[in-house]
This record gives sequence, C-alpha cells and structure tokens, in this order.
Amino acid sequence: MRSAKRLRRALAGVALLSMGLGVAACGARVDDETGSGAAAASCVDTSGDSVRIGFLNSRSGTMAISENTVYNSLAMAAEQINEAGGVQGKQLEVVAEDGASEPTIFAEKAEKLIRADCVAAVFGGWTSSSRKAMLPVFESNDALLFYPVQYEGLEASENIFYSGATTNQQIVPALDYLKEQGATSLFLVGSDYVFPQTANKIIKAYAEANGIEIKGEEYAPLGHTDFSTIVSKVRDAGADAVFNTLNGDSNVAFFKEYKSLGLTPEAMPVLSVSIAEEEVGGIGVDNIVGQPVAWNYYQTIDSPENTQFVADFKARYGADKVTSDPMEAAYTSLFLWKEMVEKAGSFAVADVQAAADGVTFDAPEGTVTVNGDNHHIAKTALIGKIGPDGLIHTEWSSGEPIEPDPYLESYPWASGLAG
Amino acid sequence: METLVTQVFNGLSVGSILLLAALGLSLTFGQMGVINMAHGEFIMAGAYTAFVVQQTLGAAGLSLVLSLPLAFGIGGLLGVVLELTLLRRMYHRPLDTLLVTWGVALVLQQLARDIFGTAGVDVAAPAWLAGPVQILGFSFPRSRLFILVLAVLAVTAVVMALRYTSLGRRIRATVQNRQLAESSGISTRRTDMLTFFIGSGLAGVAGVALTLMGSISPNLGSSYIVDAFLVVIVGGLGQLKGAIIAAFSLGVAQSWIEYTTTASIAKVLVLALVVAFLQFRPQGIFTLRTRSLV
Repeated sequence: MRSAKRLRRALAGVALLSMGLGVAACGARVDDETGSGAAAASCVDTSGDSVRIGFLNSRSGTMAISENTVYNSLAMAAEQINEAGGVQGKQLEVVAEDGASEPTIFAEKAEKLIRADCVAAVFGGWTSSSRKAMLPVFESNDALLFYPVQYEGLEASENIFYSGATTNQQIVPALDYLKEQGATSLFLVGSDYVFPQTANKIIKAYAEANGIEIKGEEYAPLGHTDFSTIVSKVRDAGADAVFNTLNGDSNVAFFKEYKSLGLTPEAMPVLSVSIAEEEVGGIGVDNIVGQPVAWNYYQTIDSPENTQFVADFKARYGADKVTSDPMEAAYTSLFLWKEMVEKAGSFAVADVQAAADGVTFDAPEGTVTVNGDNHHIAKTALIGKIGPDGLIHTEWSSGEPIEPDPYLESYPWASGLAG
Repeated sequence: METLVTQVFNGLSVGSILLLAALGLSLTFGQMGVINMAHGEFIMAGAYTAFVVQQTLGAAGLSLVLSLPLAFGIGGLLGVVLELTLLRRMYHRPLDTLLVTWGVALVLQQLARDIFGTAGVDVAAPAWLAGPVQILGFSFPRSRLFILVLAVLAVTAVVMALRYTSLGRRIRATVQNRQLAESSGISTRRTDMLTFFIGSGLAGVAGVALTLMGSISPNLGSSYIVDAFLVVIVGGLGQLKGAIIAAFSLGVAQSWIEYTTTASIAKVLVLALVVAFLQFRPQGIFTLRTRSLV
C-alpha cells in the first residue's frame, strides 16, 4: 500500500530527525575535565588599567526572551561603572557569552570564561538548572558567579552570590499577605519542574502550620497551552486564592482561560511569583489586571535611585521598555561586586569573599546588604497589583529588608524541608 | 453531572483546536506526501496577522472578523512560496522535505523574532467573546465556543470544496492516482500548488483562533506541530474523516485523563495510547483505497 509505505517513510524521518538532535546534544556535552581536578591557579590579569568580567546569559533559545533583558541591564551597569572611573581605577572589559538556554552550554561557557578569558567574576544564569550546571565549575575553579534571579532556595555556595530573592524573601511574605487578606484555603498551580515543586513543598508546610487548607495542586508540563481542565478544577474547588508558579507562555493560556470562565481577582485572586512587568504585555493587561504578584522590585518604586535607573534604561534601550525584578537584581549585583572588590582592595576571589559580609548598595529596590554567611542579600518583600497601565503598583511591603534564610532555618514549620 | 458536561465540553474544545491545527496538514501531507514541519510557523503567521490587524484597526470585533480571511491568504501565500521554491523539487523524497521544511520553520521563527521581538504579544478578545455564557445552567467560555464553531465551519467548507468543486475533484483524482490523473489532462502541479494554498491557509485560520487561547510568540508553531502530526497519523493519511475523529478522540481522552490524573500524566498516557493504537492499525483509523501500483 502506498500510504502505508509513505507513513513508514514519514515515521523513519521523524526517528532520524530525533536521532540527529540527540547527536547534536551529545556534541554540546562538557569535557570530562570540567568539574574535576584541582583548582587551577587564577589567571586573572590585574596588571593593566583594565580588568575582565564575564556576562553569561541566554541570548538565544527559549530563555532568551527573559535573559536578554538581564543582559541589557548588566551592560548598562558596566558602562555606568566605567564612566564613573571603573572598579579600583580599572576599566571593566566585558566578555559576553551566550548560554543558549542549555545548562550544558552554561557549564561549558563558564569554564571558558574562567580559564581562557580569565575573568575576575561572572554575572548571569536564570533557570535553576543553568545554575546547578555552573555550580561545580565555579567551585572546582574557585571562581565567582553572581546569580540575579529569585529561586527555590535550599542552596548556598561559597562561589555564588545570589542577588535575587530566596524563598523567605518572596514566597513566605506572599503567604503572609494572603493570610492577612483572610485566605483560609489555597489552590496551587505550577509548571512541572524543580522550582514550582519545591515552592509548593514550602507552601504546604506553611499552610499546615497556619491552618490554611490546600484545596488542590496541579502541575502542567512546561509549554502547556491548554488550561481548560486545570482551570475547571480550580473553579470547582472554590479556594480563597490561587498560588501560581507557572512559568513562561503557560501563564498566558492560564490567565486567558481564567478570565474566559468568568473568574475574577476579586472573587479568587491568583498570586504569581514569576510574572514581572516584561510579561504583562504578552498576557494582555485585560486578562491579568488586578491580580497580585510578589517580588522585591517594581518599576513604579518611588525613590531617587529607581527614578534614575528607569530613566537610564529607557534612554538606552527605548522609552517603551520596562524594568523588572531580575533586571534590577542583575544591575545591583555588578555594583555589589564593585563594592566588595574596593572594600577588599583586591580582585582575588578569597579576598572578595572575605570582604563580602555587610557590603551595601543603594539599589533601585532600596538599600541592600550582603550576608557573608550564605552569600544572599537582605531584600524588602513587596506585593503589588497589576494596574491598567500594565505596571505593578505596590500594595503591601515588609517595610524593612528581610534577612536571607535560604534553608528556612528560622521557621519551625519548615524543619525537615531541606533534607 | 456538571463535571461530566464540563469535561466533555473541554474535550470537544481541545479537539476542535487540534482539528484546526491539523486540517491543513492533513490535506498537504495526504495528497503530496510532504512532511511540512513549517506548518506550525504558518499557524504562527496567522496569529501575528491577527495581532497586526488589531494594532492597525483597534476595534477588537471587526479586526477578528477581518483577520480570518487575511490570515488565510497570508498562510496560503507562504505555503505557495514554499511549494514553488523548494518542495516542487523534492516530491517523492519525504525525508528531504522533512529537513528542508524544518529549516524553513527555523528561519520563519527567527524572522518573527526579528520583526515582533522575543517577548510575546497579545490580541485582545472582542467584548462579545469575553467571559462565559450560560447554557442550560452550565457556563461555557464564549471564546471556546467560537473556536468550536470555527472548526466545524472550516471542516464543512473543506469537505464541500473537495466534494462539489472541480478543484476538489482534481485534488481527489491526484490523491488517488497521480499518473492517471495526469494522463487525463489534470495539471497535477497546479493542483498541488492550490492544495498547498488551501492547506497552509487553514493553518493561518488556526493561528487566528489560537490568539483567543494563549500566547503569540515566535515559539507558537512548535507547540502545536507535534499534536497536529499525531492527529494526521492517527486519522490516516489524507483522510479528513479520520482527522476529525482522531482530533476529537484525542481531545476528549486528553481532557478526561487530565481531569482524573494530572496534565503531565495525561500527555504521557495519550502518547502511549497512540503508540498502542498504531501497533494494531499502522495505517490509521481510515485507509485510502487506491488502485495505484506503488
């Protein structure tokens, strides 16, 4: 039969294609040398009047949409530091690499930046899998990574400085807020991977300790685009609020479905932890207006530092561009490194680590301080609501910076989570 | 009862979206043996057409109605260009069409990134499609009802065209026996081109429908192409009846399994069901009966 023959050919083609992809993926594998062996002596050259630093962001692939914005704010920070005289009088020379949304490429490029380009520090990474892939490279080479995105916590490395929020600076305050608003039951919706699963473990432990009922927990595969069944389940469960840890495009499909079933932020608010100013336009302001989100920075923060930051960013990249939390955290991380180096009087990793504790910077989000024990920074938690202008307006604030507690050691209900 | 009605509706709704995405593919794959990996990007082009129309016209209701024929034309034109420049040279080489159209898909994705940016954009639903509507005490999202109706209309139009127009007769003749059709005076090349225009145009229409559901980004096509191929293969190549049954069965199965388990498990189980089904019926639900010797 002709059609059966065609079908066999077609299927063989698909099989061949996927084999081809497999081979390509193998080609990108990091050498066996990576992550093993003794740390090579640092090759950072500080004898001239410039010093190299590395930017490692996904400029291509599925994460490029988010990471390009972080790259832009890092580039602006480097330019501003150079205009103001550099770090310890040395101009910054940026070596930018593309992580291409692949953890293995992140590890490979980190190795290259450290060993071949001899950079004094690397700034970048977004997904937890990219950070987990880079971590052994930075530890085995005894180099420094500045990581700018909120993440699931339960981690602290000598070689990484975390300038985004850990869970007690974003998720726990978000739960406190919902509790204050009178929520006694929650529905959890998330993407099916490490961050939402870990976040939901924390949320369930908190809920149990605070008498909040979890009415349901649903995960959708990354890139899932049909939320009819999940939103039907959410509607039927009738919780007081929804806690949303969906990532990427799924948020668009989720919020469109939510609105088309007639669910409103007044009746059942959806609190999100990974939707920032950048994403609101794609979701459609009408579909998400009035919904709460939790971060540590919004473009609408009213402070001289932020006014300057927003104005500089728009001047450089266009008046229609928005600033978001990860962009601000990346910008801040470069200035924190500068402060650390100048406090240490040295670019050497050990000296920078020793000097880190207590280093502060008047960031756009407010004054932040580095915690020398766990290498995270103290940040003020903010809950904002999305306005008709597409920007996020602060509704609730922790008032003062919250000390980072990546392992949630100061919360009795969280004992056992880290294990 | 309410759950039953909701889930049957959700299943039909998922099915109608699958059908819209797969309808054009079923035509071109079935007739020409071309594995068009760029079909998803034609869907994306349709979605961006709706975006551009809305940016230009503003009024959501009018722009949605205008987008449909416009997206059909743009999807169709893209298809014809692809057919004329590349595919025409490689009929009967399905593996090559697979690779070539995959390359074209990547180029189109990058083109969309360069024109519209990496961030997703939004097409607002017109007021008459916003929110739910109450029917017999149950509430259904208006946008999903609209897509269901659109899918039924598109299928009806294609079936009528195949059955009652001379182009339809030429297409059917070419599918059943290319050589014989050729020697009876049918220009199969012209027929191929027109089939590709209609098939790709339907992808454009699917793109407009999808703007009511989810995100419009350069990745839009890749999220639907695999599901569309599943529908075509389960349905049987070039079999509209098969594609319709396959789309709705897969949609209902997906929704039911998802309701009782989770979305991730539903994806896996539906794939496993398809694999099991193809073990017993590799030719799909329907088989093309043909007198051709090859």
